[in-house]
Amino acid sequence: MKPNRSLEIGTGLFVLLGFAALAFLTTQLPGSGMRLGAAQGYKVLAKFDNVGDLKAGSPVSMSGVRIGRVEAIAFDATDYRAEVTLRIEPQFDKIPDDSDASIQTAGLLGGKYVGIGAGGSETFLADGGRIEFTQSAIVLESLVNKFFANFADKGSSTGTAPASDAAPTKE
Amino acid sequence: MIGDTLSRIGRVGIFLVRVLRHAGVVFTEPRAVVHQIYNAGARSLVIIMLCGLFVGMVLGLQGYDLLQRFGSEDALGVAAALGLLKELGPVVTALLFAGRAGTSLTSEIGLMRATDQLTAMEIMAVDPLRKVVAPRLIGGIIAMPLLVAVFNVIGLFGAQLIGVQVMGVDTGAFWSQMQGAVELDDVNEGIVKSFCFGVACSLVAVYEGYHAQPTAAGVGLATTRTVVISSVLTLLIDYILTAAFLGR
Repeated sequence: MKPNRSLEIGTGLFVLLGFAALAFLTTQLPGSGMRLGAAQGYKVLAKFDNVGDLKAGSPVSMSGVRIGRVEAIAFDATDYRAEVTLRIEPQFDKIPDDSDASIQTAGLLGGKYVGIGAGGSETFLADGGRIEFTQSAIVLESLVNKFFANFADKGSSTGTAPASDAAPTKE
Repeated sequence: MIGDTLSRIGRVGIFLVRVLRHAGVVFTEPRAVVHQIYNAGARSLVIIMLCGLFVGMVLGLQGYDLLQRFGSEDALGVAAALGLLKELGPVVTALLFAGRAGTSLTSEIGLMRATDQLTAMEIMAVDPLRKVVAPRLIGGIIAMPLLVAVFNVIGLFGAQLIGVQVMGVDTGAFWSQMQGAVELDDVNEGIVKSFCFGVACSLVAVYEGYHAQPTAAGVGLATTRTVVISSVLTLLIDYILTAAFLGR
């Protein structure tokens, strides 16, 4: 049987494509995998007490406009805080160096992102600069706990059930 | 009725064991197996890619429409990836495989049966199970997981195209949420499913062809049965596997 060259090339291409797709699925999709793509822009560092479920690749935005991405999240063992590296796109180079960074949530189930609020300084953040004023991610559970703790305190101190407070407003 | 069904399942099982005794053809006649991978896999590639793109684009549209009601369109990447990897990729590919490759296997082998080629092989002491059936079964089993992987990648691309380029979901949120939520286990579930579907669809196709009535009507009937049985079997196995994976 004479080997059919185009058939073998076709099969080879198919198998190669299939394995390339498998490799992509197993290495690029799960979070532990490696990343592709070149980075551009300048780096800014910020330390947070708690980053919540912020991830590398999450957006960094100012007034709701995306100006960069979270490049890396590391743990600094000297002061027990999370060190977040932000990569800001090069055209946004006029961010005051006393700006503040906070971790916020997009929507009800949405991902976390870093919001930057502009400060009033005349000098701007440069590559390797540091944002000093940060606010951690709000952990919903602790917020709910605090709310219920407040609620219970109020109920026991005044000695009245919350239902009686609500009664006059009904009329 | 029940006895008939049981004996059918038994016959298919015995047939599978008899064919798999010839699994060595992968090494003794690699060229025949390569030819079948080409027939079942490479020639199904275009339709798989086209359908993958459309399935992904629909996922992007529907997923976006659903998620933006909760203000969570950033989760589109997770929804599309898990939907494709675990369900849509393997199942839709298996259904397409049954229609595209399964039918051609059945009609080819059925026609060999109808024109007495299989009998002629037996007379010449060539085992048709080894010469004809085994390379086709193994080629189909190898081709299926690769087709599913291609389908998934193209589908993700389609979802990305609609979600990010058209609907304006943030690229970083799309990919980073996906990478945060998809586990290696989810990918493995899809691979296990695609392998099982590959065995089921290829086995049904070669069995129906090999046991077709040796007439024109018989081959036509066998081809129809291949599509029907493969599709039902795919969805049935899908349910069982999903229950098993989620039950862990």
